[in-house]
Amino acid sequence: MKNKLFEKYFIFTPYFWLVLFFFIPLAIIFKISISVSEWGMPPYQELFIFENQFKFNATFENYIYIFRDFYYIGSFINSLILALISTFFCLLIGYPLAFYIATSNVRLRNILLVLVVIPFWSSFLLRVYAWKIILQNNGILNLILLNLGITSEPLQLLYNQYAVIMGIVYTYLPLMILPLYGYLNKFDLNLIDASKDLGLNRVKTFIKVILPLSIPGIIAGSLLVFIPVVGEFIIPEMLGGSDRLYYGKILWEEFFVNRNWPGASALAFTGIIILVLPIVFFQIIYSRWSEKNEI
Amino acid sequence: MKSNIIKSFIIFSGLFFLYFPILILIFYSFNENKRVMVWKGFSFKWYNELFKNEQIIEAFIVSIKIAALSATFSTILGVMIGYSLVRIRKIPFKAFYIFLSSTPLVLPELILGLSMLLFFISLNNVIGFPSSRGQLTIFISHVTFCIAFVAIIIQARLTDFNKNIEEAAMDLGYNYTKVLYKITLPIILPSIIAGWLLAFTISLDDLVVASFTTGPGANTLPIVVFSKVRLGLSPEVNALSAILMLALLLIGIIYFYFNKKFKH
Repeated sequence: MKNKLFEKYFIFTPYFWLVLFFFIPLAIIFKISISVSEWGMPPYQELFIFENQFKFNATFENYIYIFRDFYYIGSFINSLILALISTFFCLLIGYPLAFYIATSNVRLRNILLVLVVIPFWSSFLLRVYAWKIILQNNGILNLILLNLGITSEPLQLLYNQYAVIMGIVYTYLPLMILPLYGYLNKFDLNLIDASKDLGLNRVKTFIKVILPLSIPGIIAGSLLVFIPVVGEFIIPEMLGGSDRLYYGKILWEEFFVNRNWPGASALAFTGIIILVLPIVFFQIIYSRWSEKNEI
Repeated sequence: MKSNIIKSFIIFSGLFFLYFPILILIFYSFNENKRVMVWKGFSFKWYNELFKNEQIIEAFIVSIKIAALSATFSTILGVMIGYSLVRIRKIPFKAFYIFLSSTPLVLPELILGLSMLLFFISLNNVIGFPSSRGQLTIFISHVTFCIAFVAIIIQARLTDFNKNIEEAAMDLGYNYTKVLYKITLPIILPSIIAGWLLAFTISLDDLVVASFTTGPGANTLPIVVFSKVRLGLSPEVNALSAILMLALLLIGIIYFYFNKKFKH
């Protein structure tokens, strides 16, 4: 059977690559996270020791270390709150945009969609950098505020949590709009007219008809924003200050500055565990989508 | 009519929000002053400086090289995944297959980067390869997380187009391989090109994973740019931004051209 051979080749080439370069690395993080840390290179002891007898040299010390110190727990909480707030604002801005794009006529719709997604193609790092310029003390935003007389002296807009939220909402917005648009686009506009004919007002039409139908899009977009933002490193590093420490920064420093590999691995693995539920949700939506061609 | 005004207002302010920062960046790139925020006059000075900056030029070449190679590899593997998920019924441990091919889409880059670095170090301890990290290790990491993006595009197209065309060709005596090369691949070619472009820009743009997996002689452009703007502003980076933004926007437009081509 030639077909079978060919199918196997198609399935197993990427399978092999992803197991080797994605799954095994994740397993190694777990392995190092339960290894005993020590001074040296590499800075941890072997997990399996075969000297006179086999010894399984595992410890949960690294996890206990993380969970005992509010420095680490606090950063997790800060990141989760940051991700929640940013997702909320992405949704708040993204939903009306996606809705109005989806309800435009076909020609305009395609142009608008391209316009919304194009900025996503330009460099992420540079888009964050652009906000650094805008929010400077003598930047454009302060200039406008001063000229309008809203403030008498420049405000410190940069290097705080609000700048971080701003940067995240800006860079992740297209990721929210795309899936929302995907679901709203399939939606039959006659339903809006029908519900109006049946006597529902605008607000009721929205709550009873439009919103329930766009829930899968809301979930998909929210997950695409929420999960990566929990581990976001660049934006807090560029726009944030010392008022709040986030998970990404702590993990980065634990590895590169403190050189505590087991500690950093335990942080990374805890991050994976915290994100497991959202990721599973994401996969359910993803696989349902891939089976049914929903978007 | 009132709703039309609201609609135009929302769309306009949304687009303004998305494009305003990019325009500001391009505007300031023409500022002659070394102090970025103080306008002194229109000039191409920093573009000149940029092209004389060997560190940036070198990093740019390294980045392009890695991006082109990893886009090519991830496109091949991504097409295989997309095809398998849509056209092949029996995939062993399918849930695991979906896990492997979709999780890199959302997993924080920091966790991905750390896991790749620790993997390369462990691999080196076991088999003595890779002895040092550099362009090769960045390439492998980029392929790994770009695969998912290509796969999702290919999957979308394959579900879109009618399977009957393939079946008709089979009935006419084409074998499996011939159908793939003569029918399926040509039909999804625009999506393959779109996938390649997406993978290319993602690789070109990546800072976090590259920072973890880099080594001597492999400073990519984002790594160099980040080191320059982490603590302040840089007029050279402004000029670079303007050029890169326009180049990447162009790639984006080409992407949409190919991606839409199939959708008619």
